[in-house]
Parts: sequence; C-alpha cells; structure tokens
Amino acid sequence: MSYRIKWAGASRSFPERHAFLDNASAEGDCLVYLGECAGKEYVADRASLRTDTIVAIELKDECLGVYTDEAEALLDAQRASKRVFGFARFRLGKAAPTQLIELVVPREHDEVALQALKALFENAGFVVAICNDFPGRIVNYLIRPYYNAVLRRYDEKLATAEDLDTTLKMGLGYPEGPLALLDRTGLAEHAETSQALYEALGDSSFAPARLAANARLAAKSNA
Amino acid sequence: MGTGIAIVAARAGFRTIVFDAREDALDRARQQTEAFLNKSVARGKLSAEEVESILARWSSTTRLEDLASSDVVIEAVFEDLRVKHELFSALDAICKPTTIFASNTSTISITEIAGGSGRPDRFVGMHFCLPAQLMKLVEMSPGLATSDDTWQRAWDFTVQLGQKPVKTNDTPGFILNYFLIPYNNDAIRLVEAGVAEPAEIDKAIKTALGYPMGPLELLDLIGMDTQRLLSEAMHGLTNEDRAACPPLVKRMIAAGWLGKKTGRGFHQYTDTKMFGA
Repeated sequence: MSYRIKWAGASRSFPERHAFLDNASAEGDCLVYLGECAGKEYVADRASLRTDTIVAIELKDECLGVYTDEAEALLDAQRASKRVFGFARFRLGKAAPTQLIELVVPREHDEVALQALKALFENAGFVVAICNDFPGRIVNYLIRPYYNAVLRRYDEKLATAEDLDTTLKMGLGYPEGPLALLDRTGLAEHAETSQALYEALGDSSFAPARLAANARLAAKSNA
Repeated sequence: MGTGIAIVAARAGFRTIVFDAREDALDRARQQTEAFLNKSVARGKLSAEEVESILARWSSTTRLEDLASSDVVIEAVFEDLRVKHELFSALDAICKPTTIFASNTSTISITEIAGGSGRPDRFVGMHFCLPAQLMKLVEMSPGLATSDDTWQRAWDFTVQLGQKPVKTNDTPGFILNYFLIPYNNDAIRLVEAGVAEPAEIDKAIKTALGYPMGPLELLDLIGMDTQRLLSEAMHGLTNEDRAACPPLVKRMIAAGWLGKKTGRGFHQYTDTKMFGA
C-alpha cells in the first residue's frame, strides 16, 4: 500500500530523515498526518476525505478519540471512523525515537485496514505493537507510575541513586537504571507526560514526583 | 531458594551446612546442587576438581544444634513472621554469641524479624535474587538495632561470597520487590482493561526500553500463585493501590494458568522447565 504524508508542525516521531518519510508518495492511498497538530489537521480535512481512506494520525499524549466521532458513534457503530487510526513512535523525553510504533486502534475498526497500516510501518523497519485507545497506551501507562515511585523513594532516601540503579539493572536485567535514564532523558519531560496522564486518568500514581515536578517548573521559569 | 544460597556459599569456599527439618528436602537440595554443579562443568564454568571440593564443603542436617559453631546463619524459610521468630529464637539458644543472623526475606521488615531473634544487634537482611546461584545481586538491609560491627561483617561476608551487595533501608519490598510487584500488577491491569494483548505489551516494553523480558513473560516465570502472595503481602504492608492483587490473577490461578510451570499463563508453553532448576 502506498501512502502520502501531510505535515502539521514538527513531528516528535520523525525529528530527522527516515526511510518511512522517503518512501511516501504524493498520490498514496493511505494518508499519514504527522506533526504536533496532526489531529487538528485531520479534523479540518475530515469532511473532504473519501470515506474509504485509511488514515493514520500521529499522537502525543492524547487519545485518538479526541479527533474521531467517538462520542457520536457511542450508540451507532455505523458512524464510527473505522479506518482512522492513531500512532506514536515511542520516545522517552530528550532521547532519540525508538523503533517501536504503538498503533492505536479505534473502538470499531476495519481489520484489513489495520493490517495494511501495520505492514506499512513494519516495511519501514519498525516493530509495531497494537493497542486500544487508552491514555498512556502501553509503555507510558506502565513506566510513568514506576518512574514516579523510583523518584519518590529516592527522595525518601530508600537507597543511594547508584544502589537503586544497580539493583534494578542487576536484579531485572534492565540496560540502564531508572534514575540514570531519567537524568539522561529529562525529568521535566517525564513530568510533562506524567501530568498529562494524571489529568486523563485521575490516578495519583501518575502525579509527577516532587523532583520531576520541580524540574518541570524550573524549566518553565527558565524558558 | 536456600539451595541456591548454599551453592553460592560453598562455591565461594565456605564450609556450608544446609538445615531443613525434612530429610527428603535435604536429599532434593543435594541432587539439585550436584545437577547444577555438573552442568557448570559441562559449560566450562567449573572444573571437576572444583566441584569435588565444593561438594566436600557442603553438608546437610536435620539437627539445628549442628549450626552451633556457624559464623553466619542465613534463613530462607517461607514468609511467615511467627515461623521466623520461632526459628531464630531456637538458633539464639544454640549459636555462639558472635554468630550473625541474616534473613533472606523479600517483604517482611528486618527489624521485626530481628525483634524476635534474641539478638537484634547481630541481625541483617540479605535478600538474594532468584536463582541465587546465578544472580549476583544481594539487597542488604540493617534493622534499626543492627550494630555497625555486624553490618560491616555481614557486608564483607557478602563480598567474599562473590556477590554484589547494595544497601537499602528496611522498608517493605526493599528496592526490587517494592518497584517490581506494582509494575507487574499494572501490566496485568492493562490486559484486564483490554488495552492490548499480552504479546503486544511484552513486545512494546522490550522494543521501547531494551528490557530482556516483557512484564507478562516475567510474570509467567514468577507464577501467578507467587505474584498473588507477593501482592497480598506488599499491599498488606503498604496499603498502596498498585500493590493490590488484580482480580485476573485470582481467576488465572483458579483456571490453573499459573505460568510457565503449568504450561499456560499469559502465554502458552510446551517446555515447562524453569530457569535455574
């Protein structure tokens, strides 16, 4: 399946040149919205798109349902946007994007379209994990409470940073300890994502830990 | 787990006595030890001569009195404070005054166990990771009353064992279990909520973070029965929501889906042999 790309600001998934961008064509069947305003751009275009167009919208922390007729389709599945999917290439704070694409499936979806879109990303060298439209998707849902707990317990002097990281690396085979990783990828960036999920889920384990919240405030005041 | 710890001690050159009240348990421990050491020879990790001397340092007993002259006693009985108190109380009457008592507990407070040992100043936490004979990490915790001399001797002993000690405060789950149990429960809740299939969750975590195993693969190794026990113990101590055992775990236990050991957990297995067995 061929695809075309419509840009709507800077893309967090593709900050640099990539085979996925190079392989797009102007007349592609599938429409990929990239950039920080990808969802809004789709909403603006929606009425003019053919109903059988397969659409992929780049997401940040928000859900796909923000941009589709999810609420209107609640009791009428016929109105659901079955060929509109979300995706995000996982990227932790300031680190480079990983090879993971979390492909977000709407509540009602066209399976053929889903598999075509999955193949499209896989052909560009990505590992694709399919998930439903849920705040945090898979990875952020799992790691943000864990990182907050690590920061909180470090704050409470459970152990030194070195011993905390050593324990989790040696005990679980992690390539990098959580504190070194947060230091490298940005505490403020962690706080931003965690805060967004806290607001979406109302679960206190997502409330940014003090150290991260302070780093976010400091970054804002220095901006 | 005691079998693995005993292998570590005997392999490091210490005369090691394994105590269990049941003779058959000691027979199994000896068989597992020999099997592990023979495999180490086959893999070129140890020579046949080294194995011979390790086994010569390894002995077992059903008589607690035989531990009287030990310099260190490491307890690895199941997680029941009353049972641990009874054991240490009996040992206190038998062992020499300088013997250090250590507990391999992963959840119970070291200070609480030490409180019933008769020698709280000569007591430390030494939490080995499974399988102890392969994993280098030991989480060490002083109790509130642990003396500086005891702490230093226990720390030096752990280094002499060839292990890597890390110091953690005496709080529930120490470092590893405090973070791992709720994280694993969160992964189970993602499955419960229908957010993604187990294979997709494992794939996402491994690809995004470079972890050697996804959380649901790890849970299949840990076993749902163990995860339930750990969660209930941790939740009972911390009252933290994320530590509470998800209902799906209880349903999986009821269905016999305990994990790799029963051939089915979040994934299905044809080989039920466990790592380190």
